[in-house]
Amino acid sequence: MAFIDYYKILGVDKSATKSDIKKAYRKLARKHHPDLNPNDKEAELQFKKVNEANEVLSNDENRKKYDKYGENWQHGEAYDQAQKQQDQQQHYQRSSRPQDFGDGEYSDFFESMFGGGFGNRSGNTKFRGQDFNAQLQLNLKDVYTTEKRVLTVNGKNIRLTVPAGITNGQIIKIKGKGGEGRNGGPNGDLLIEFNISNNTDFKRDGSNLYKTVNLDVYKSVLGGDVILDTFDGKVKLTIKPLTQNGTQVKLKGKGFPIYKKEGQFGDLVITYNIELPKKLSDKEKELFEELAKLQ
Amino acid sequence: MQNTHLIPIPSLCTHYQVEMSFFTGLNEYGLIEFISVEKTYCIHQDKIADVEKMIRLHQDLQLNYEGIDAVFNLLEKIDDLKSELITAQNKLKRFEDG
Repeated sequence: MAFIDYYKILGVDKSATKSDIKKAYRKLARKHHPDLNPNDKEAELQFKKVNEANEVLSNDENRKKYDKYGENWQHGEAYDQAQKQQDQQQHYQRSSRPQDFGDGEYSDFFESMFGGGFGNRSGNTKFRGQDFNAQLQLNLKDVYTTEKRVLTVNGKNIRLTVPAGITNGQIIKIKGKGGEGRNGGPNGDLLIEFNISNNTDFKRDGSNLYKTVNLDVYKSVLGGDVILDTFDGKVKLTIKPLTQNGTQVKLKGKGFPIYKKEGQFGDLVITYNIELPKKLSDKEKELFEELAKLQ
Repeated sequence: MQNTHLIPIPSLCTHYQVEMSFFTGLNEYGLIEFISVEKTYCIHQDKIADVEKMIRLHQDLQLNYEGIDAVFNLLEKIDDLKSELITAQNKLKRFEDG
């Protein structure tokens, strides 16, 4: 358990007045407040530190005690008294936590020196629990249909229906599955962010899918059929004679499902890419030369 | 709107240990919307998370109603920009790797 320099946390020196401390605290609290920095764990930790520093330094009695023992707090009388009163097992559990600031409101250093919290900013007010954030990695094919999944978050199994057509980066909120409320308040929510990786040949933009189909020169000139694999089976594309490079065709309703609109789909846009032969046989070259003479 | 989804303001005052005048102020500044049911002011339960945020901003940062309003507007803008950014990044993927 390390000594915590509260003056350093607030960015003031030891001779700072109460007014200096209040000013520094308010400035840093505004900067790091969790409501102003949503989903920012670092800001939350900083806010706890700033809050704790303020609780010690803005209180004359505690500031005096803190200044008196300073870095030698472990040998101070307050610490000795607190030590005697503490249950050995409880102490072991506390000091075995990996960080000075855990999930609690105060650091181990603070609790050892001053006991539990005092003048707690929240008092006994009931507050909603913290929102939990989780990420779910899925493939594009997984979100083509609505699927039921079971997630394990903090040891709890949570059943979740992933609606077809969900987009990359989209967040689904599950009410009441977050952190427990403070002082009997309601639980927070679980926010699941979807990371959808695409390992298919299709590009997706919303509910539309895009694909480039390569055509050889003969099919582009003479026309013909191409069979294309899509998410819901094979589709026959009819290539018109003299199809130009870059021609786009739109297959209505063959795209991706529209989120939460059952049975509705976007479009599939096909772009034709004409591939010229990389090698010609003597006979082919001869025929092309004949064609060229006709122009 | 079902009445079971409405929470009486006096209950919120007890629950959060906040003066009635605070909620009246939020209503007057348009930050929350009172719904009157049998002469009792209520708010919809979906607004509780926002109300809690407003209480924290007021108690932790001493923000007044104008400050809370400004913070909410800016957070809303951040949310909109984040959504736009995700949409733009998803669109960009169409043109990546050929």
